[in-house]
Amino acid sequence: MKHIKNIQKPCIRNGANTACGECQASCQSACKTSCTVANQKCVKTAK
Amino acid sequence: MIHAFEYRGTYLVLDVESGAVHEVDKPSYDVISAVEQGNAVYALPYSHSLIKEITDEIDELRKEGLFDTPAPAAPKANAAFSPIKSMCLNVAHDCNLRCAYCFAETGEFHGGRMLMPLDTAKAALDMLIKRSGGRYHLEVDLFGGEPLMNWDVVKGIVEYGRMLEKEHNKHINFTITTNGLALDDEKIDFINREMFNVVISIDGRKEVHDALRVTPNRKGSYDVIVPKAQKLVSERGDGEHYIRGTYTADNLDFTEDVKALTRLGFEQISIEPVVLKPDEPHAINESNVDKAIAEYDRLADYVIERRREGKPFNFFHFHVDLENAPCLAKRALGCGAGVEYVAVAPNGDIYPCHQFVGDSAFLLGNVLDKDAEGNVPLNEDIRQSFASCNIFTKEKCSSCWAKYFCSGGCAANAHKLNGSINEPCDISCRLLKKRTEIAIGMATVKE
Repeated sequence: MKHIKNIQKPCIRNGANTACGECQASCQSACKTSCTVANQKCVKTAK
Repeated sequence: MIHAFEYRGTYLVLDVESGAVHEVDKPSYDVISAVEQGNAVYALPYSHSLIKEITDEIDELRKEGLFDTPAPAAPKANAAFSPIKSMCLNVAHDCNLRCAYCFAETGEFHGGRMLMPLDTAKAALDMLIKRSGGRYHLEVDLFGGEPLMNWDVVKGIVEYGRMLEKEHNKHINFTITTNGLALDDEKIDFINREMFNVVISIDGRKEVHDALRVTPNRKGSYDVIVPKAQKLVSERGDGEHYIRGTYTADNLDFTEDVKALTRLGFEQISIEPVVLKPDEPHAINESNVDKAIAEYDRLADYVIERRREGKPFNFFHFHVDLENAPCLAKRALGCGAGVEYVAVAPNGDIYPCHQFVGDSAFLLGNVLDKDAEGNVPLNEDIRQSFASCNIFTKEKCSSCWAKYFCSGGCAANAHKLNGSINEPCDISCRLLKKRTEIAIGMATVKE
Protein backbone atom coordinates (compact mmCIF):
# COMPACT_ATOMS: atom_id res chain seq x y z
CA MET A 1 0.00 0.00 0.00
CA LYS A 2 1.15 3.47 -0.86
CA HIS A 3 -0.63 5.64 1.65
CA ILE A 4 -1.55 3.45 4.61
CA LYS A 5 0.82 1.16 6.50
CA ASN A 6 -0.42 -1.24 9.14
CA ILE A 7 1.89 -0.97 12.17
CA GLN A 8 -0.13 -2.88 14.75
CA LYS A 9 -2.18 -6.00 14.14
CA PRO A 10 -5.57 -6.43 15.87
CA CYS A 11 -4.95 -6.87 19.58
CA ILE A 12 -8.36 -6.99 21.23
CA ARG A 13 -8.84 -10.69 21.74
CA ASN A 14 -12.29 -12.15 22.09
CA GLY A 15 -13.82 -15.62 22.21
CA ALA A 16 -11.84 -18.78 22.96
CA ASN A 17 -9.15 -18.67 25.64
CA THR A 18 -10.20 -15.27 26.94
CA ALA A 19 -12.16 -14.00 29.94
CA CYS A 20 -10.32 -16.23 32.43
CA GLY A 21 -10.49 -13.42 34.99
CA GLU A 22 -7.01 -14.11 36.38
CA CYS A 23 -5.66 -10.64 35.56
CA GLN A 24 -5.21 -7.87 38.09
CA ALA A 25 -8.20 -5.63 38.80
CA SER A 26 -7.22 -2.38 37.14
CA CYS A 27 -7.79 -0.09 40.08
CA GLN A 28 -5.39 -2.21 42.09
CA SER A 29 -2.49 -1.28 39.83
CA ALA A 30 -0.77 2.03 40.27
CA CYS A 31 -3.52 4.52 39.88
CA LYS A 32 -6.35 4.17 42.38
CA THR A 33 -8.15 7.13 40.84
CA SER A 34 -7.99 7.30 37.06
CA CYS A 35 -8.95 4.02 35.53
CA THR A 36 -6.80 2.69 32.73
CA VAL A 37 -7.07 -0.89 31.61
CA ALA A 38 -5.00 -1.16 28.48
CA ASN A 39 -1.70 -0.63 30.25
CA GLN A 40 -2.17 -3.89 32.08
CA LYS A 41 -1.06 -7.26 30.83
CA CYS A 42 -3.03 -10.40 30.15
CA VAL A 43 -1.80 -13.00 32.64
CA LYS A 44 -1.87 -15.72 29.99
CA THR A 45 -0.21 -14.02 27.02
CA ALA A 46 2.42 -12.23 29.12
CA LYS A 47 3.83 -15.53 30.38
CA MET B 1 -15.39 2.92 14.33
CA ILE B 2 -12.04 4.57 13.62
CA HIS B 3 -10.02 7.34 15.20
CA ALA B 4 -7.43 9.42 13.35
CA PHE B 5 -4.93 11.45 15.35
CA GLU B 6 -1.49 13.00 15.18
CA TYR B 7 1.33 11.82 17.41
CA ARG B 8 4.52 13.90 17.36
CA GLY B 9 4.25 14.59 13.63
CA THR B 10 3.10 11.09 12.64
CA TYR B 11 -0.46 10.48 11.47
CA LEU B 12 -2.08 7.43 13.03
CA VAL B 13 -5.41 5.68 12.66
CA LEU B 14 -6.82 3.35 15.30
CA ASP B 15 -9.33 0.73 14.24
CA VAL B 16 -11.28 0.89 17.47
CA GLU B 17 -12.96 -2.50 17.56
CA SER B 18 -9.92 -4.58 16.59
CA GLY B 19 -7.13 -2.48 18.13
CA ALA B 20 -5.21 -2.39 14.82
CA VAL B 21 -3.14 0.76 14.21
CA HIS B 22 -2.13 2.24 10.86
CA GLU B 23 0.41 4.89 10.00
CA VAL B 24 -0.92 7.10 7.21
CA ASP B 25 0.25 10.01 5.08
CA LYS B 26 -1.28 13.48 5.37
CA PRO B 27 -3.82 13.10 2.53
CA SER B 28 -5.00 9.78 4.00
CA TYR B 29 -5.22 11.37 7.44
CA ASP B 30 -7.41 14.11 6.02
CA VAL B 31 -9.59 11.64 4.14
CA ILE B 32 -10.00 9.36 7.15
CA SER B 33 -10.65 12.31 9.49
CA ALA B 34 -13.37 13.48 7.11
CA VAL B 35 -14.91 10.01 7.19
CA GLU B 36 -14.65 9.93 11.03
CA GLN B 37 -16.38 13.29 11.26
CA GLY B 38 -19.01 12.43 8.65
CA ASN B 39 -17.74 15.01 6.11
CA ALA B 40 -17.55 14.58 2.33
CA VAL B 41 -14.09 13.36 1.25
CA TYR B 42 -14.30 14.84 -2.26
CA ALA B 43 -14.59 18.31 -0.73
CA LEU B 44 -10.95 17.97 0.38
CA PRO B 45 -8.26 19.86 -1.60
CA TYR B 46 -6.87 16.69 -3.26
CA SER B 47 -7.33 15.28 -6.75
CA HIS B 48 -10.09 12.75 -7.24
CA SER B 49 -7.53 10.16 -8.35
CA LEU B 50 -5.56 10.56 -5.10
CA ILE B 51 -8.70 10.30 -3.00
CA LYS B 52 -9.70 7.22 -5.02
CA GLU B 53 -6.30 5.62 -4.34
CA ILE B 54 -6.74 6.21 -0.63
CA THR B 55 -10.33 4.97 -0.46
CA ASP B 56 -9.29 1.85 -2.40
CA GLU B 57 -6.63 1.14 0.21
CA ILE B 58 -9.20 1.68 2.95
CA ASP B 59 -11.55 -0.80 1.24
CA GLU B 60 -8.74 -3.36 1.09
CA LEU B 61 -8.06 -2.96 4.81
CA ARG B 62 -11.75 -3.22 5.53
CA LYS B 63 -11.84 -6.60 3.74
CA GLU B 64 -8.91 -7.76 5.86
CA GLY B 65 -10.73 -6.82 9.09
CA LEU B 66 -8.32 -3.98 9.85
CA PHE B 67 -10.48 -0.92 9.27
CA ASP B 68 -13.86 0.09 10.68
CA THR B 69 -14.34 -3.39 12.09
CA PRO B 70 -17.87 -4.06 13.41
CA ALA B 71 -18.39 -3.97 17.18
CA PRO B 72 -18.55 -7.35 18.93
CA ALA B 73 -21.53 -8.51 20.95
CA ALA B 74 -21.51 -7.24 24.53
CA PRO B 75 -20.28 -9.83 27.04
CA LYS B 76 -22.96 -10.72 29.59
CA ALA B 77 -22.22 -9.59 33.13
CA ASN B 78 -24.10 -11.05 36.06
CA ALA B 79 -22.69 -9.90 39.36
CA ALA B 80 -24.35 -12.62 41.40
CA PHE B 81 -22.28 -15.26 39.61
CA SER B 82 -19.08 -13.25 39.47
CA PRO B 83 -16.27 -14.25 41.79
CA ILE B 84 -14.64 -11.55 43.90
CA LYS B 85 -10.90 -11.66 43.27
CA SER B 86 -9.69 -8.33 44.50
CA MET B 87 -10.04 -6.47 47.76
CA CYS B 88 -8.99 -3.10 49.08
CA LEU B 89 -8.51 -3.41 52.80
CA ASN B 90 -8.77 -0.04 54.53
CA VAL B 91 -6.72 -1.09 57.53
CA ALA B 92 -6.56 2.47 58.88
CA HIS B 93 -9.13 5.20 58.68
CA ASP B 94 -6.56 7.56 60.00
CA CYS B 95 -3.64 9.36 58.45
CA ASN B 96 -0.49 11.12 59.55
CA LEU B 97 -0.88 13.67 56.74
CA ARG B 98 -3.62 16.21 56.02
CA CYS B 99 -3.42 16.49 52.23
CA ALA B 100 -5.61 19.30 50.93
CA TYR B 101 -7.12 17.26 48.08
CA CYS B 102 -7.72 13.98 49.95
CA PHE B 103 -10.83 12.13 48.72
CA ALA B 104 -10.96 10.31 52.05
CA GLU B 105 -11.36 13.37 54.29
CA THR B 106 -7.71 13.03 55.39
CA GLY B 107 -8.38 9.48 56.46
CA GLU B 108 -11.79 9.73 58.12
CA PHE B 109 -13.89 8.50 55.17
CA HIS B 110 -16.99 10.28 56.58
CA GLY B 111 -16.97 8.05 59.65
CA GLY B 112 -14.32 9.13 62.15
CA ARG B 113 -10.82 7.82 62.72
CA MET B 114 -10.52 4.08 63.31
CA LEU B 115 -8.05 1.23 62.86
CA MET B 116 -9.15 -2.16 61.54
CA PRO B 117 -8.89 -4.95 64.16
CA LEU B 118 -7.03 -8.06 62.99
CA ASP B 119 -10.14 -10.22 63.41
CA THR B 120 -12.05 -7.98 60.98
CA ALA B 121 -9.19 -8.15 58.50
CA LYS B 122 -9.17 -11.94 58.78
CA ALA B 123 -12.94 -12.07 58.24
CA ALA B 124 -12.46 -9.96 55.10
CA LEU B 125 -9.88 -12.38 53.73
CA ASP B 126 -12.11 -15.32 54.60
CA MET B 127 -14.86 -13.71 52.54
CA LEU B 128 -12.48 -13.08 49.66
CA ILE B 129 -11.39 -16.73 49.61
CA LYS B 130 -14.98 -17.96 49.85
CA ARG B 131 -16.20 -15.62 47.10
CA SER B 132 -13.25 -16.17 44.77
CA GLY B 133 -14.61 -19.34 43.17
CA GLY B 134 -12.09 -20.85 40.78
CA ARG B 135 -9.81 -17.80 40.60
CA TYR B 136 -6.23 -18.61 41.54
CA HIS B 137 -4.75 -15.10 41.54
CA LEU B 138 -6.23 -12.84 44.20
CA GLU B 139 -5.24 -9.31 45.19
CA VAL B 140 -5.36 -7.50 48.47
CA ASP B 141 -4.32 -3.87 48.64
CA LEU B 142 -3.50 -2.59 52.09
CA PHE B 143 -4.86 0.90 52.02
CA GLY B 144 -6.05 3.67 54.24
CA GLY B 145 -5.94 6.42 55.27
CA GLU B 146 -2.39 5.45 55.93
CA PRO B 147 -1.92 1.68 56.31
CA LEU B 148 1.43 1.98 58.09
CA MET B 149 -0.50 3.42 61.07
CA ASN B 150 -1.87 -0.08 61.65
CA TRP B 151 1.38 -1.93 61.07
CA ASP B 152 0.74 -4.93 63.32
CA VAL B 153 -2.45 -5.67 61.41
CA VAL B 154 -0.60 -5.28 58.08
CA LYS B 155 1.88 -7.94 59.20
CA GLY B 156 -0.82 -10.10 60.77
CA ILE B 157 -3.03 -10.14 57.70
CA VAL B 158 -0.15 -11.02 55.38
CA GLU B 159 0.75 -13.94 57.67
CA TYR B 160 -2.90 -15.04 57.70
CA GLY B 161 -3.14 -14.69 53.92
CA ARG B 162 -0.07 -16.87 53.39
CA MET B 163 -1.73 -19.56 55.49
CA LEU B 164 -4.97 -19.29 53.48
CA GLU B 165 -3.02 -19.58 50.23
CA LYS B 166 -1.73 -23.01 51.22
CA GLU B 167 -5.07 -24.16 52.60
CA HIS B 168 -7.08 -23.16 49.52
CA ASN B 169 -4.52 -23.35 46.69
CA LYS B 170 -4.66 -19.63 45.93
CA HIS B 171 -2.05 -16.97 45.35
CA ILE B 172 -2.57 -13.60 46.98
CA ASN B 173 -0.72 -10.61 45.60
CA PHE B 174 -0.52 -8.20 48.50
CA THR B 175 0.08 -4.57 47.61
CA ILE B 176 0.35 -1.48 49.76
CA THR B 177 -0.38 2.17 49.08
CA THR B 178 1.42 4.48 51.49
CA ASN B 179 2.45 8.10 51.92
CA GLY B 180 5.81 6.80 53.13
CA LEU B 181 6.03 9.01 56.20
CA ALA B 182 6.19 6.16 58.72
CA LEU B 183 8.54 3.93 56.73
CA ASP B 184 11.51 2.55 58.62
CA ASP B 185 14.03 -0.23 57.97
CA GLU B 186 11.80 -2.96 59.37
CA LYS B 187 8.80 -1.86 57.32
CA ILE B 188 10.88 -1.48 54.16
CA ASP B 189 12.26 -5.01 54.57
CA PHE B 190 8.80 -6.45 55.13
CA ILE B 191 7.21 -4.56 52.24
CA ASN B 192 9.97 -5.54 49.84
CA ARG B 193 9.71 -9.15 50.90
CA GLU B 194 5.95 -9.56 50.97
CA MET B 195 4.35 -7.00 48.67
CA PHE B 196 3.82 -7.65 44.99
CA ASN B 197 3.55 -3.92 44.40
CA VAL B 198 4.02 -0.81 46.47
CA VAL B 199 2.71 2.65 45.67
CA ILE B 200 4.32 5.62 47.41
CA SER B 201 2.74 9.05 47.13
CA ILE B 202 5.08 11.90 46.17
CA ASP B 203 3.79 14.82 44.12
CA GLY B 204 7.05 15.80 42.40
CA ARG B 205 8.85 19.04 43.14
CA LYS B 206 9.41 19.79 46.83
CA GLU B 207 7.44 23.02 46.71
CA VAL B 208 4.51 21.32 44.94
CA HIS B 209 4.49 18.35 47.33
CA ASP B 210 4.84 20.47 50.46
CA ALA B 211 2.10 22.88 49.44
CA LEU B 212 -0.61 20.22 49.77
CA ARG B 213 0.85 17.12 51.44
CA VAL B 214 1.31 18.45 54.96
CA THR B 215 1.41 17.02 58.47
CA PRO B 216 -1.33 17.87 61.00
CA ASN B 217 0.79 20.81 62.16
CA ARG B 218 0.95 22.07 58.55
CA LYS B 219 4.58 21.15 57.87
CA GLY B 220 5.62 19.82 54.49
CA SER B 221 6.41 16.11 54.38
CA TYR B 222 8.78 15.95 51.38
CA ASP B 223 12.10 15.95 53.24
CA VAL B 224 11.03 13.06 55.47
CA ILE B 225 9.43 10.92 52.77
CA VAL B 226 11.84 11.17 49.86
CA PRO B 227 14.91 9.49 51.46
CA LYS B 228 12.71 6.68 52.76
CA ALA B 229 11.11 6.15 49.36
CA GLN B 230 14.53 6.15 47.71
CA LYS B 231 15.78 3.55 50.17
CA LEU B 232 12.74 1.32 49.62
CA VAL B 233 13.00 1.55 45.85
CA SER B 234 16.76 0.99 45.73
CA GLU B 235 16.48 -2.10 47.93
CA ARG B 236 13.47 -3.37 45.97
CA GLY B 237 15.44 -4.10 42.83
CA ASP B 238 13.15 -5.14 39.99
CA GLY B 239 10.10 -5.46 42.24
CA GLU B 240 7.00 -3.65 41.08
CA HIS B 241 6.44 -0.22 42.53
CA TYR B 242 5.17 3.21 41.58
CA ILE B 243 5.87 6.69 42.78
CA ARG B 244 2.41 8.15 42.48
CA GLY B 245 1.74 11.84 42.47
CA THR B 246 -1.32 14.00 42.07
CA TYR B 247 -1.37 17.13 39.97
CA THR B 248 -3.86 19.92 40.50
CA ALA B 249 -4.74 23.28 38.97
CA ASP B 250 -1.76 24.64 40.91
CA ASN B 251 0.84 22.65 38.94
CA LEU B 252 -0.40 22.24 35.40
CA ASP B 253 3.27 22.25 34.39
CA PHE B 254 3.45 18.77 35.92
CA THR B 255 6.16 17.68 33.49
CA GLU B 256 8.45 19.53 35.89
CA ASP B 257 7.22 17.25 38.67
CA VAL B 258 7.93 14.16 36.62
CA LYS B 259 11.40 15.54 35.88
CA ALA B 260 11.94 16.16 39.59
CA LEU B 261 11.02 12.53 40.36
CA THR B 262 13.39 11.20 37.70
CA ARG B 263 16.17 13.37 39.13
CA LEU B 264 15.57 11.63 42.46
CA GLY B 265 16.27 8.33 40.69
CA PHE B 266 12.70 7.07 40.38
CA GLU B 267 11.88 5.22 37.15
CA GLN B 268 8.30 4.05 37.75
CA ILE B 269 6.15 7.13 37.87
CA SER B 270 2.45 7.88 37.84
CA ILE B 271 1.16 11.44 38.10
CA GLU B 272 -2.63 11.63 38.14
CA PRO B 273 -5.09 14.49 37.80
CA VAL B 274 -6.79 15.40 41.07
CA VAL B 275 -10.46 14.45 41.30
CA LEU B 276 -12.40 17.36 42.76
CA LYS B 277 -15.66 19.09 41.93
CA PRO B 278 -15.07 21.94 39.46
CA ASP B 279 -15.64 24.71 41.99
CA GLU B 280 -13.39 23.25 44.70
CA PRO B 281 -9.92 24.71 45.32
CA HIS B 282 -7.17 23.06 43.20
CA ALA B 283 -9.72 21.46 40.80
CA ILE B 284 -9.10 20.66 37.15
CA ASN B 285 -12.07 22.25 35.40
CA GLU B 286 -13.15 23.82 32.10
CA SER B 287 -10.96 26.85 32.70
CA ASN B 288 -7.70 24.89 32.86
CA VAL B 289 -8.21 21.45 31.31
CA ASP B 290 -6.81 22.50 27.91
CA LYS B 291 -3.58 23.48 29.62
CA ALA B 292 -3.40 20.09 31.30
CA ILE B 293 -4.01 18.34 27.97
CA ALA B 294 -1.26 20.35 26.27
CA GLU B 295 1.13 19.51 29.11
CA TYR B 296 0.96 15.82 28.19
CA ASP B 297 2.67 16.72 24.89
CA ARG B 298 5.51 18.31 26.85
CA LEU B 299 5.70 15.24 29.04
CA ALA B 300 5.80 12.97 25.98
CA ASP B 301 8.75 15.01 24.67
CA TYR B 302 10.55 14.45 27.96
CA VAL B 303 9.85 10.71 27.96
CA ILE B 304 11.26 10.42 24.44
CA GLU B 305 14.24 12.63 25.28
CA ARG B 306 15.13 10.35 28.19
CA ARG B 307 14.78 7.25 26.01
CA ARG B 308 17.15 8.73 23.46
CA GLU B 309 19.63 9.53 26.22
CA GLY B 310 19.51 5.88 27.32
CA LYS B 311 17.85 6.84 30.61
CA PRO B 312 14.28 5.60 30.09
CA PHE B 313 11.59 5.69 32.74
CA ASN B 314 8.02 4.44 32.76
CA PHE B 315 5.15 6.89 32.98
CA PHE B 316 2.12 4.81 33.94
CA HIS B 317 -0.39 6.48 31.64
CA PHE B 318 1.87 6.47 28.59
CA HIS B 319 2.29 2.72 28.77
CA VAL B 320 0.19 0.27 26.78
CA ASP B 321 1.34 -3.24 26.07
CA LEU B 322 -0.51 -3.96 22.84
CA GLU B 323 1.01 -7.42 22.38
CA ASN B 324 -0.05 -8.71 25.80
CA ALA B 325 -3.07 -6.51 26.25
CA PRO B 326 -6.17 -7.56 28.17
CA CYS B 327 -8.98 -9.36 26.35
CA LEU B 328 -12.36 -7.91 25.44
CA ALA B 329 -14.09 -9.26 28.54
CA LYS B 330 -11.60 -7.48 30.78
CA ARG B 331 -11.91 -4.24 28.83
CA ALA B 332 -15.69 -4.45 28.97
CA LEU B 333 -15.81 -4.95 32.72
CA GLY B 334 -13.28 -2.22 33.50
CA CYS B 335 -12.10 -1.71 37.05
CA GLY B 336 -14.45 -4.38 38.37
CA ALA B 337 -15.70 -2.22 41.24
CA GLY B 338 -18.61 -3.82 43.06
CA VAL B 339 -18.36 -6.95 40.95
CA GLU B 340 -14.95 -8.59 41.23
CA TYR B 341 -13.44 -5.85 43.38
CA VAL B 342 -14.64 -4.56 46.76
CA ALA B 343 -13.29 -2.40 49.56
CA VAL B 344 -13.63 -3.11 53.27
CA ALA B 345 -13.72 -0.39 55.95
CA PRO B 346 -12.15 -0.86 59.41
CA ASN B 347 -15.55 -1.77 60.90
CA GLY B 348 -16.01 -4.49 58.26
CA ASP B 349 -18.45 -2.61 56.04
CA ILE B 350 -18.10 -3.57 52.38
CA TYR B 351 -18.31 -1.08 49.50
CA PRO B 352 -17.88 -1.36 45.71
CA CYS B 353 -14.44 0.30 45.87
CA HIS B 354 -12.24 2.39 48.12
CA GLN B 355 -13.73 5.64 46.81
CA PHE B 356 -17.27 4.67 47.86
CA VAL B 357 -16.24 3.81 51.42
CA GLY B 358 -18.43 5.66 53.91
CA ASP B 359 -21.25 6.32 51.43
CA SER B 360 -24.19 4.43 52.92
CA ALA B 361 -26.03 4.39 49.58
CA PHE B 362 -23.38 1.95 48.35
CA LEU B 363 -23.08 -0.29 51.41
CA LEU B 364 -22.89 -3.90 50.18
CA GLY B 365 -22.73 -5.71 53.53
CA ASN B 366 -20.33 -6.39 56.41
CA VAL B 367 -17.65 -9.07 56.59
CA LEU B 368 -18.68 -9.86 60.18
CA ASP B 369 -22.31 -10.61 59.27
CA LYS B 370 -22.56 -14.22 58.18
CA ASP B 371 -25.50 -16.44 57.40
CA ALA B 372 -25.99 -19.94 58.80
CA GLU B 373 -23.59 -21.37 56.20
CA GLY B 374 -20.87 -18.86 57.01
CA ASN B 375 -21.41 -16.76 53.87
CA VAL B 376 -21.38 -12.98 53.92
CA PRO B 377 -24.58 -11.79 52.18
CA LEU B 378 -24.06 -8.87 49.78
CA ASN B 379 -26.52 -6.41 48.31
CA GLU B 380 -26.73 -7.99 44.87
CA ASP B 381 -28.85 -5.15 43.47
CA ILE B 382 -25.99 -2.70 44.02
CA ARG B 383 -23.50 -5.22 42.63
CA GLN B 384 -25.62 -5.74 39.54
CA SER B 385 -25.87 -1.98 38.99
CA PHE B 386 -22.08 -1.97 38.69
CA ALA B 387 -22.03 -5.07 36.49
CA SER B 388 -24.52 -3.35 34.20
CA CYS B 389 -22.44 -0.19 34.05
CA ASN B 390 -19.97 -0.80 31.25
CA ILE B 391 -18.79 0.48 27.88
CA PHE B 392 -21.60 -1.30 26.08
CA THR B 393 -24.37 0.13 28.26
CA LYS B 394 -23.11 3.67 28.85
CA GLU B 395 -24.29 5.96 26.07
CA LYS B 396 -21.20 8.18 26.07
CA CYS B 397 -18.85 5.21 26.06
CA SER B 398 -20.43 3.05 23.38
CA SER B 399 -19.64 5.63 20.70
CA CYS B 400 -16.23 6.66 22.06
CA TRP B 401 -13.00 5.56 20.34
CA ALA B 402 -11.13 5.25 23.66
CA LYS B 403 -13.58 2.84 25.29
CA TYR B 404 -11.31 -0.21 25.17
CA PHE B 405 -8.47 1.70 26.81
CA CYS B 406 -10.28 3.24 29.77
CA SER B 407 -13.11 0.66 29.97
CA GLY B 408 -15.54 3.40 30.82
CA GLY B 409 -13.43 5.24 33.37
CA CYS B 410 -13.85 5.46 37.10
CA ALA B 411 -17.38 4.85 38.40
CA ALA B 412 -16.62 6.69 41.63
CA ASN B 413 -15.43 9.79 39.79
CA ALA B 414 -18.57 9.69 37.65
CA HIS B 415 -20.73 9.44 40.75
CA LYS B 416 -18.83 12.19 42.54
CA LEU B 417 -18.82 14.65 39.65
CA ASN B 418 -22.01 13.78 37.74
CA GLY B 419 -24.16 12.06 40.36
CA SER B 420 -24.33 8.75 38.47
CA ILE B 421 -21.94 5.86 37.94
CA ASN B 422 -23.27 5.72 34.36
CA GLU B 423 -22.33 9.29 33.51
CA PRO B 424 -18.56 9.58 32.88
CA CYS B 425 -16.84 12.84 33.76
CA ASP B 426 -16.11 14.79 30.58
CA ILE B 427 -12.88 16.31 31.86
CA SER B 428 -11.53 12.91 32.92
CA CYS B 429 -12.45 11.58 29.47
CA ARG B 430 -10.62 14.37 27.66
CA LEU B 431 -7.48 13.83 29.72
CA LEU B 432 -7.68 10.07 29.24
CA LYS B 433 -8.06 10.40 25.47
CA LYS B 434 -4.98 12.58 25.21
CA ARG B 435 -2.90 10.18 27.31
CA THR B 436 -4.18 7.25 25.26
CA GLU B 437 -3.23 8.83 21.93
CA ILE B 438 0.28 9.37 23.24
CA ALA B 439 0.46 5.85 24.66
CA ILE B 440 -0.61 4.30 21.35
CA GLY B 441 1.91 6.47 19.53
CA MET B 442 4.73 5.48 21.87
CA ALA B 443 3.84 1.80 21.51
CA THR B 444 3.68 1.78 17.72
CA VAL B 445 5.80 4.54 16.18
CA LYS B 446 9.54 3.98 15.86
CA GLU B 447 11.22 7.13 17.11
